[in-house]
Amino acid sequence: MNITEERAQEWRADLRSAIKAKDRTNMPRVHMPELDAEYRSHTRLEEVNLGLTAEMAMEEAKRCLDCANPTCMEGCPVGIYIPKFVKQIEIGDFQGAAKTLKQTSALPAVCGRVCPQEKQCDAQCIHTKMKKDAVAIGHLERFAADFERESGIISIPEVAAPNGLKIAVVGSGPAGLSFAGDMAKLGYDVTVYEALHEIGGVLKYGIPEFRLPNAIVDVEIENLRSMGVKFFNNCVIGRTITIEDLKEEGFKGVFVASGAGLPRFMNIKGENLVGVMSSNEYLTRVNLMDAANPESDTPVFLGKKVAIIGGGNTAMDSVRTARRLGAERAIIAYRRSEEEMPARLEEVKHAKEEGIEFMTLRNPIEFIGNEQGRVTHMILQVMELGEPDASGRRSPVEVPGKTETIEVDEVVVSVGVSPNPLIPQSVIGLQVTKWGTIVVNNDTMQTDIPMIFAGGDIVRGGATVILAMGDGRKAAKSMDDARSSRTATWPLAPLGSRQIMGTRMRPW
Amino acid sequence: MNKIVSKEYFSANVVKFEVEAPLIAKSRKAGHFVMVKVGEKGERIPLTIADADLQKGTITLVVQKMGVSSSKLCALNEGDFITDMVGPLGKATHIENFGTVICACGGVGTAPMLPIVAALKKAGNKVISVIAARNKDLIILEDHMRQYSDELIVMTDDGSYGTKGLVTNGVEAVINREKVNLCVTIGPAIMMKFVSLLTKKYEVPTLASLNTIMVDGTGMCGACRVSVGGKTKFVCVDGPEFDAHLVDFDEMLMRLGGYKDIEREEMEKMQCASGVNK
Repeated sequence: MNITEERAQEWRADLRSAIKAKDRTNMPRVHMPELDAEYRSHTRLEEVNLGLTAEMAMEEAKRCLDCANPTCMEGCPVGIYIPKFVKQIEIGDFQGAAKTLKQTSALPAVCGRVCPQEKQCDAQCIHTKMKKDAVAIGHLERFAADFERESGIISIPEVAAPNGLKIAVVGSGPAGLSFAGDMAKLGYDVTVYEALHEIGGVLKYGIPEFRLPNAIVDVEIENLRSMGVKFFNNCVIGRTITIEDLKEEGFKGVFVASGAGLPRFMNIKGENLVGVMSSNEYLTRVNLMDAANPESDTPVFLGKKVAIIGGGNTAMDSVRTARRLGAERAIIAYRRSEEEMPARLEEVKHAKEEGIEFMTLRNPIEFIGNEQGRVTHMILQVMELGEPDASGRRSPVEVPGKTETIEVDEVVVSVGVSPNPLIPQSVIGLQVTKWGTIVVNNDTMQTDIPMIFAGGDIVRGGATVILAMGDGRKAAKSMDDARSSRTATWPLAPLGSRQIMGTRMRPW
Repeated sequence: MNKIVSKEYFSANVVKFEVEAPLIAKSRKAGHFVMVKVGEKGERIPLTIADADLQKGTITLVVQKMGVSSSKLCALNEGDFITDMVGPLGKATHIENFGTVICACGGVGTAPMLPIVAALKKAGNKVISVIAARNKDLIILEDHMRQYSDELIVMTDDGSYGTKGLVTNGVEAVINREKVNLCVTIGPAIMMKFVSLLTKKYEVPTLASLNTIMVDGTGMCGACRVSVGGKTKFVCVDGPEFDAHLVDFDEMLMRLGGYKDIEREEMEKMQCASGVNK
């Protein structure tokens, strides 16, 4: 059934006529219940957003007009059947809603928590176009996924009969998991290789517990296992085994989703002092290694005056983590103004509620340390906004001679990452851009080597969970098309002409 | 999970393990390292691979008891499993026929030097190894090193074995005696710093294999960064070997000491828990 036929079904038509569209649009948007800001700023693991109740979710679902042309779906990188699942919630069929989500998304409980809906589905919602608050699609998605998980009755998406074709996935982050889920559904024999000891990539090492609990990621991974996906941790493709080894073992296709790699630094004086670290290091210690837990052997500094450099989501995750680990002053230092911050509005709002200080139009130019080499102070150059730069944002310009020095005992640099160098280093013939991202065909995600596809941060540089998942889906579809169309030989031949995907690093 | 197939004490605090890791044994080269984690709440620590046996599918690691994590590892016995191990990581040592090469190592640094010495010898170099330790008991792998070296010089701080003196005394004696084309050094950071200062004086190109703090070891966290020739480099993916004359050893020593206080507290906690202090 296509979405038009689905929409024409009796139950959907009845539901639409039950409440007038005008009444639906006049209903106020639901508020996500949250943990008290003062309480949560001292608790390490508890989630900030508490989720909707069944009553709240059903009420919110009524606001959706079940449009004939659901533009919200166009805003979703993985093409979730949004009106269908929302209407299933409206009639109380929560399990059905969860099933609908899983048809196109391998990680609904994750997406319902970390997707920037305001830039995607919500932005395309008819309510937004009518200058009203969009239907809270993300909140509803989270509700349905959580309801199913908590019910214990977890549906496994239908899996096609095995076709015997072995496919390898490099990296178990959102792009890899999304690809693995789609390929498993199509009947492929999928093995995911992960370099770290835990499966989940950035969902485990990057995003903190208070935004995305690891236990929730594990349930989604279990679902993929139930669909037949195999996981192999502690294995670096290109090192432990090579892509050549995989070929010899009979793998017919490889999807490289090795993610972000080297953290970027600012190359300023004192940046290698003790206590100055990348957000990758800080978050990996706290999230993946659980370093703030006394049981953990991994150490972490518990700074009292912590400054985070940057204005993205990772910077917000880091600063809010620092606050939770006991920082009396937890500061965001950002060289542009708040308006240009790439972080989600919700994250900025939550951070402010938790007592995070925002020092905008401030650019660090030097770190100062004591005789043990520990950072003690930071010198900030005061900035003002000039003309728009290549990213379309007004560029920060120095205010001559105006600097400030503040006391810090820990600094987290969160100004972006370069792609992981391991695969581009080890696969001969793989074309990379000057930024180190892998070159793929924009439409198919195929690289210069026909059997290798790639997606996520290794192609995009630094993006979101959902864009990575969208790449995984696109790659799965085109890899499968290449096989089923039989126009191309299997192993895969090049699909169409090559285009370089937009991979420029966004200046922070 | 990787099974320990044999354990041998080189000294009270230095243990040699042979660990089942067939894929790593197959792909590793001289200079590579692995990341090792002991226990669910263990820390990831880098260890350079000392040897591999393709038939048995094992790699050899030599571990010195220093802090919590290395002590936990050293407490494991034959038949036990290492919770997590991944590798081989880092860039392999560049091997060619350089001519005459001094391999200067100290303490437990002799273990990762062994495969480099073997590879250099195989490539046709004249290999002169200088191994140093505080005293006779801490000299390890002497016979193995001798097997691949044209000459082996043993130095001890207290003169209890070989020649009395530091590794640098041994290296300097060789440089004064004959033309040396390359020096490779592995050992404590402070030792490598002084070897580097010495060879710089004599203009002998020198490689140092650095062992910094790492978290993931795969080019993600940046904890291992060092300044090389004024540029920030990542030991895990750009190294672990660098031109020693360009390495900022003072900064490296400072960064290595970064977690000293936390580590000391943790060690005390662990010793109390295991009753060592009672």
